[in-house]
Amino acid sequence: MMLLHINGNQRSFDSPENGADFTVAFLVQKLGLEGKRLAIERNGEIVPRGVFAETQLISGDKLEIVGAVGGG
Amino acid sequence: MHTLTIAGKTYGSRLLVGTGKYKDFAQTKAAIDASGAEIVTVAIRRTNIGQNANEPSLLDVLPPSEYTYLPNTAGCYTAEDAVRTLRLARELLDGHKLVKLEVLGDPHTLYPNVIETISAAKTLIKEGFDVMVYTSDDPIIAKQLEDIGCCAVMPLASLIGSGMGILNPWNLQIIIDTLNVPVLVDAGVGTASDAAIAMELGCDGILMNTAIAGAQDPVLMASAMKKAVQAGREAFLAGRMPKKLYSASPSSPTTGLISK
Repeated sequence: MMLLHINGNQRSFDSPENGADFTVAFLVQKLGLEGKRLAIERNGEIVPRGVFAETQLISGDKLEIVGAVGGG
Repeated sequence: MHTLTIAGKTYGSRLLVGTGKYKDFAQTKAAIDASGAEIVTVAIRRTNIGQNANEPSLLDVLPPSEYTYLPNTAGCYTAEDAVRTLRLARELLDGHKLVKLEVLGDPHTLYPNVIETISAAKTLIKEGFDVMVYTSDDPIIAKQLEDIGCCAVMPLASLIGSGMGILNPWNLQIIIDTLNVPVLVDAGVGTASDAAIAMELGCDGILMNTAIAGAQDPVLMASAMKKAVQAGREAFLAGRMPKKLYSASPSSPTTGLISK
């Protein structure tokens, strides 16, 4: 069981069934955000898009997932 | 003469516009196109997770290939939050460096906290960002923001979203006369004459959102603002006639009048 704080809410996830690592890329897929333009911060540090597949998450991680919206 | 250069890039329009408060994306796009703006501000916010997955996004409506995005730090009250927000923006927009820094000091007036603003600007400039900075109309702070390396300084004309117009043209004039980087009025413009007044003072440009989005007809107001900014710029370059207090001067010949 993976507990993550995402955008201020705590959420729990099952680990990948094939025993693979729980990566940022896996999370993005789980959240249905694949292909969306977004940026992710993990525990205060940017996770570049290019390393989503290699970045392993651990329980308790705090994530911010953001996009661009209208603003002045 | 009419172009504006910010951080080494030249723009044809001196009007920069926000993308907030519109009825829908179609109106956002129509108003921005009517304004002629090339630089558009956007906010960085948490993605809605699990909701409306296929909803169009602002980036679909205003492709970053066609507009220069200016991600902002609206809603940030500390230097740390502003810096984090813009690091996320840079990642979101593929390494984009041009940003609008604003660090607020009070939720009621949205007045800038210039101490936090200076702190954030220093960090961002060290990290390679091109920082256009929202600030008060204090000429000393404006100069300091230039000195630490901001690529444009953007004093308020009045409070954000207030539409109260140009409340202290004298301070704006000092800032314009003192700084070498572009000075843009950001916040406070309410209608076209406000924009013209700011440009006549010699501002390099104007950034506005609510004056357009909050008009009864935003698309028509966007068109009006485009013209006002151009008119104000031309009037500034033309050099206005001196004011002659209590001394009228006829425009028509004083001789050759018919008589009885």
